[in-house]
Amino acid sequence: MKVGVVTFPGSLDDVDARRAVRVAGAEPVALWHGDHDLQGVDAIVLPGGFSYGDYLRCGAIARFAPIMTEVVEAANAGVPVLGICNGFQILCESHLLPGALIRNDHRTFVCRDQQLVIENASTAWTSDYTAGQTITVPLKNGEGGFVADAATLDALEGEGRVVARYGGVNPNGSLRDIAGITNERGNVVGLMPHPEHAVEELTGPGTDGLGFFTSVLTSLVAR
Amino acid sequence: MPRVIVDVMPKPEILDPQGKAVHGALPRLGFDGVTDVRQGKRFELEVAATDEATLAEVAQIAETLLSNPVIEDYTVRVDA
Repeated sequence: MKVGVVTFPGSLDDVDARRAVRVAGAEPVALWHGDHDLQGVDAIVLPGGFSYGDYLRCGAIARFAPIMTEVVEAANAGVPVLGICNGFQILCESHLLPGALIRNDHRTFVCRDQQLVIENASTAWTSDYTAGQTITVPLKNGEGGFVADAATLDALEGEGRVVARYGGVNPNGSLRDIAGITNERGNVVGLMPHPEHAVEELTGPGTDGLGFFTSVLTSLVAR
Repeated sequence: MPRVIVDVMPKPEILDPQGKAVHGALPRLGFDGVTDVRQGKRFELEVAATDEATLAEVAQIAETLLSNPVIEDYTVRVDA
């Protein structure tokens, strides 16, 4: 199983994401923003960071990177795509996911070990968790406030498309404590916290994040 | 070269933490008469002409790149 991780100019967590893919037992493939080639990968991760310096809006310019043509096509064809942090912002800007991420309501950058409650354990990226399970992974963002209009929020909740909610405290003002969402098909997931930083005991708060990367292998085998 | 101005503002119902920060700083500077601040962006586009087709194209640019319609509104006008 090959999982591609796209590097944009300004990506920070692409190396950690590739490492998480390897720890989960898959082959990580480095993908380049300027290519039109997914190199035959079975799943794609858009990593965290500050693509294009967050100029204009977070993810707004990365959305038009050459490789995004292929990423959007693949996502629409059912290929699992996970956007973490800046990757989540890119997925929203690309209209693969609804809503948007705005500056934290308290206006400061936040970096902490964050409790999450997994709400939807049937997406391509969360099937190795159980619904209602609480996990702890790092969170670090300046613009992580998830917003959408009430009708969209109601639809997301009604269709079970809230993947994870913040537990304990809401760290960034996200509406309805939403930390991650999925598309109707369940193959595209956007998540503001960073599971790729919690895959080994040596670093991070534990290994709770590994499930995202093992889940996609499980779902690929099942296909 | 004629110029077209695109103003992008956060939608009224969307929280604007930057505007709030600016607003919060004003009383510290002794300015007490301002009741709210919203912060947006202004783009100045140099164009060859300001005919209807050009303005339609600028509107498309504003819609697809300069603003995110989920959280922002935009206006397009010719710089006088």
